[in-house]
Amino acid sequence: MKPTVYLDHAATTPLDPRVYEAMLPYLTEHFGNPSSFHSIGKTVKDAVDQAREQVAHLLHVRSDEILFTSGGTESDNLAILGYARKNQEQGKHLITTRIEHHAVLEAMLHLEKKEGFEVTYLETDRDGLISPEQVEAALREDTILVSIMYANNEIGTIEPIAVIGNMIQKWREVRKRPALKFHTDACQASEYLELDVESLHVDMLTLNGSKMYGPKGIGLLYVKRGIKLQPLQFGGAQERALRPGTENVAGIIGMAKALELAQKDRENESIRLIPLRDRLIEGIQSSLKKTRLNGHPQQRLPNNVNISIMDIEGEALILYLDAHGIYASTGSACTSASLDPSHVILALGLPYEVAHGSVRFTLGHSTTNEDIEYVIQTLPALVQKLRSLSPVRVDEKYFL
Amino acid sequence: MTHKQEPIAGTQGDVTTHDNAKSWFYTDVVKDHFFHPRNFMHEDANESDYNAIGKVGSPACGDELRVWMKVDPGTQRILDFRWKTFGCGSAIASTSMASVMVTENGGMTLEEARKLKPQDIMERLGGLPQRKFHCSVLCDKALRDAINDYYRRTQQFDHLVVEASRIIDPVSKVTDHDIEEAVLEGAHTLELVQQKTKVGIGNPNCLPAVEELIRFYKEKYFG
Repeated sequence: MKPTVYLDHAATTPLDPRVYEAMLPYLTEHFGNPSSFHSIGKTVKDAVDQAREQVAHLLHVRSDEILFTSGGTESDNLAILGYARKNQEQGKHLITTRIEHHAVLEAMLHLEKKEGFEVTYLETDRDGLISPEQVEAALREDTILVSIMYANNEIGTIEPIAVIGNMIQKWREVRKRPALKFHTDACQASEYLELDVESLHVDMLTLNGSKMYGPKGIGLLYVKRGIKLQPLQFGGAQERALRPGTENVAGIIGMAKALELAQKDRENESIRLIPLRDRLIEGIQSSLKKTRLNGHPQQRLPNNVNISIMDIEGEALILYLDAHGIYASTGSACTSASLDPSHVILALGLPYEVAHGSVRFTLGHSTTNEDIEYVIQTLPALVQKLRSLSPVRVDEKYFL
Repeated sequence: MTHKQEPIAGTQGDVTTHDNAKSWFYTDVVKDHFFHPRNFMHEDANESDYNAIGKVGSPACGDELRVWMKVDPGTQRILDFRWKTFGCGSAIASTSMASVMVTENGGMTLEEARKLKPQDIMERLGGLPQRKFHCSVLCDKALRDAINDYYRRTQQFDHLVVEASRIIDPVSKVTDHDIEEAVLEGAHTLELVQQKTKVGIGNPNCLPAVEELIRFYKEKYFG
């Protein structure tokens, strides 16, 4: 039987059995609507309130600063569209980076093209890092929002969010620009990194349940007290009328449980995964010529390996790996709806050929030593086969 | 995985899953040719064994294809057809299938081979996901490039066919005729035409000309 080696945890994680247990009563027995004025509804409302308290406690914030949403995309959209629209009298300049998730980039693009905002897209260095100095240089008197991801979903680079946040906070105080706010998309960070918003100096933070062994269809946005947002949808008082609609009760319960487990285990899990990650990188690069590690070698998520393998195309490699029970992903154009290769790898200043040949392995709870060794053993022959079919020979000067 | 497939790829010809959701899944024939490619050019092969070559695409736009062809000078039939491709699963499979089609049953004559259409290759593959059509569009172009190369080398200049259509994007070798077909199939914006043909991806300089053509064909056929 072929093994199952799931190495696509950045795409989504399986549901943790403990999360499933916590959710189950709210999918069956406790079916009430939290807004109902009777005890069946009240039981459920109490559970939602408790989950919100729990999440707030884990992030060291107040429970009225947590908005539950349908996921990372909605949270990013609500933070950016909601804040920009509500506060545009204070200025119409926004700052973000070229390597953000599309949920941020396309919201920014929309504001730029359709609603008269001006957006600065910061360039990263070759490893995907943004520096606080770059952000500071881009700040203007009319800047109202900076949005920079905590850790990149494709290449795993961890941005210096706390330092950037600190700089923005000082700038805001010195220049007396209270409207200037800092948002971070922390979807990929929740399993491994510090989420204390105080020490990160962030005003808004996005999390997604399905990246942390919670259910799909649930996310949250932390919004610091006093920040005004314009809702994206209308029709009820739920989530302080900023996100109306009957609550995804089981999702909220699951999200709270998943975040609790993630934050409890994050240090141990990081210590466990970093050697596996580094072994995979080293194993691939020592057995294959013409590869490139994308993303920062050290400032990197403990579970992310992103390597471009020259002269071949990522989709073909993903399908060959799939046939061997290895499930990974690629920045190749052929797997994206737009037929454009990864905007993140192109933003690093690398050519199309490097983006087309990128393959991402993201480790997780289930990943073992044996899994990593199996990939290291299996991959070279598949690459050799695809290279033997390929007429392309990418010159070293383009990827080193 | 279980999936049924529609017989012929067309604008409706996406491979469908058991629940009829549009999907990525390749047919069994595609998978067979992808995992067991036929007639690819071996590393140690000698180029001088072949008497025509063809090339299309570039790795920048995601697909590059080279073909080597051996033509019988007497019968003008294709005795051997070898290829190398940089591309996704369907690019590899469609090239492999084309190599089988032009060499089976004693080989096609060059004039027969010139009439090979992307639709013929897709039919033999049992369909391709809609967004993958451009992949087999490439291999019939490489084939015609090689046919012209053979005629050029053998000085049969009267057999050269400079395609009536005009190449709009020298990188992807997309012609005005390709754009016309894309518009006829319902692609009425630049984005949709690019999804179908890949025109200008990796060569944005040609995009103004492409937009002009889309406007022209839209007006011609749809008023």
